[in-house]
Amino acid sequence: MLDITALRAGIAEREILKGIDLNIKAGEVHAVMGPNGSGKSTLAQVLAGNPAYEVLGGSATFLGEELLELEPEIRAQKGVFLAFQYPVEIPGVTNAYFLRSAYNEIRKARGEEEVDPLDFLDIIEDRMKLVEMDSSMLNRSVNAGFSGGEKKRNEILQMAVLQPKLAILDETDSGLDIDALRIVAGGVNALRRPDNATIVVTHYQRLLNYIVPDFVHVLANGRIVRSGGKELALELEERGYDWLLDAA
Amino acid sequence: MSTTIESLVNREYQYGFVSDIESDTVAAGLSEEVVRIISAKKHEPEWLLDWRLKAYRRWLTMKEPHWPNVTYPPIDYQAARYWSAPTSVKPLQSIDDVDPELVRTYEKLGISLNEQKFLSGVAVDAIFDSVSVGTTMKEELASHGVIFCSFGDAVKEHPELVRKYLGSVVPYSDNFFAALNSAVFSDGSFCYVPKGVKCPMELSTYFRINAADTGQFERTLIIADEGASVSYLEGCTAPKRSTNQLHAAVVELVALDNASVKYSTVQNWYAGDEEGKGGIYNFVTKRGKAAGVNSKISWTQVETGSAITWKYPGVLLVGDNSVGEFYSVAVVNNYQQADTGTKMIHIGKNTKSTIVSKGISAGHGNNSYRGRVKVMPRAENARNYTQCDSMLIGNRCGAHTFPYIEVENRTATVEHEASTSKIGEDQIFYCKQRGISAEQAVSMIVSGFCREVFQELPMEFALEAQQLLGITLEGSVG
Repeated sequence: MLDITALRAGIAEREILKGIDLNIKAGEVHAVMGPNGSGKSTLAQVLAGNPAYEVLGGSATFLGEELLELEPEIRAQKGVFLAFQYPVEIPGVTNAYFLRSAYNEIRKARGEEEVDPLDFLDIIEDRMKLVEMDSSMLNRSVNAGFSGGEKKRNEILQMAVLQPKLAILDETDSGLDIDALRIVAGGVNALRRPDNATIVVTHYQRLLNYIVPDFVHVLANGRIVRSGGKELALELEERGYDWLLDAA
Repeated sequence: MSTTIESLVNREYQYGFVSDIESDTVAAGLSEEVVRIISAKKHEPEWLLDWRLKAYRRWLTMKEPHWPNVTYPPIDYQAARYWSAPTSVKPLQSIDDVDPELVRTYEKLGISLNEQKFLSGVAVDAIFDSVSVGTTMKEELASHGVIFCSFGDAVKEHPELVRKYLGSVVPYSDNFFAALNSAVFSDGSFCYVPKGVKCPMELSTYFRINAADTGQFERTLIIADEGASVSYLEGCTAPKRSTNQLHAAVVELVALDNASVKYSTVQNWYAGDEEGKGGIYNFVTKRGKAAGVNSKISWTQVETGSAITWKYPGVLLVGDNSVGEFYSVAVVNNYQQADTGTKMIHIGKNTKSTIVSKGISAGHGNNSYRGRVKVMPRAENARNYTQCDSMLIGNRCGAHTFPYIEVENRTATVEHEASTSKIGEDQIFYCKQRGISAEQAVSMIVSGFCREVFQELPMEFALEAQQLLGITLEGSVG
């Protein structure tokens, strides 16, 4: 599904990703772990097309197409979803309106008909149960005044509505208490299907107790220094990152 | 890539065309002679000519105000023309007699003067350069006793009403531009809603400047008699010209006991080009007098055009329990400047005012909110709530807030809230990541910001205002 080869990227002349190779197939969950500043979030942002980052080399083909050349909205329309570490507030725009606009843009790109507000309400109410959200959230402004936990749940709600092929969760566990973590992870698991894939970017092993990965990759200093199965995460939990950094 | 915010705010001005229409124009310059010519051309009664002349003499003693937070080269008042009228406008028997070229001009602007074709439920007075070229739905309105006509016709047909209320809210001595307008005003709209009548449709005036080097000085006077109510909308466009043109209008609203007037403006005068060349100087005095008990005056304005905007639609809250409202969206892009806000003067008891101002600045635009809330000694239990929000797009624009609050009665409650935010690349990226284009994202973010004001506009115009905002800001996101 996603084939990343020798990807180099940075911000403001500083190289952060120094050659990433990663292959992700449909149905798989990959965890990307690593210490602060290792480039985990940069990888997530670059795949989503954040213009603040510059691609310096390499490629990332998604379903046979070069992802790095596409505008962010085109990537989204083709099925790439990023759950933001810091979801952005948009005052005055209701959650319902925002979600419906996004949903319809993606439908339009697929050549499907737009849905009207009433039909959309049916769709969204069903998905809100997944993340245990109250329907009053729909009339609140996007992320404005949301608690940390509400913001993260809102990200997963968006993911549930947009049904991406590739979901990238960027530190979705940060700032979540244990109940919110359970809800968020439950939502992600419910959305797992044989034809989609998930990249979970996280600093801690904790989230991986709930979202069990097929592969774990350790990123350090802009490179993947170790890949393994889910047991690698447990080993990291026990030993920290230093032994891998020394090896690198 | 940071061209997203930049490029989204710049779309072409759609209404910049010039119509080829034969005009009767008075030579440039201003003198007592010109005032007399204008009055004579309009066959005005002696009292009105006297009023104009007093205004003119007063104007000669006044100085152009320089306290607004705007800059422009000195205006040569002797270089402008003070009268231009399409020669084809003779007394009209019906709207069908309007010069077809004028009808086409208005159709290009999306305004149909043909009653059958026009949006049902809206009456339009079309003002082309200095004169009214036609008022629609007159008969339907007359059956309810509502008078809606050009100012010139009102002077002829209802002189007692005009004489009673002209200058009663904005005296000719009010300020430099009001005095100038009082001396040379050309035409405008007049509306009187009699006692107890709820005006059955929206009234609307559409202003168009066409002739070059001509100032536009229209006057609008709206009176809602006891228990009456009316909703009124004003729209404006002008051709693209490389020189600046002056527009100095005066609007007076009067609401008697238990009456209400709602006045909405969608201002889209030509704003000048991307380098700031040309555009309209929009120096306007608008004021309402909530004269009666329980009366209400509400201003809603969406200001997207003009090179410079200088206007403070205010309310004199004279009657006990009267209400004043001001809802404003002001957008500046490229080199536009706006110094706008309101004045709420609490005179009667239990008077209440609400101010919601949304300023959006993009490009090199400079946007100032200036508002005065004054509670007079006898205004027991006066209340004011002011909310003043600014949004910045890009990093070369400016937003300023100048609130003046004067309270002379201890029982008053005055609240002021202000905020400044910036449309960030992060907001745009967030929307794009959800499949929404940058253009749609900006319009969504800005509309969200302006929501409380758009809610106040009549339905059809809320949509128009939202689109206009999108156009004004196009290209501002890069």
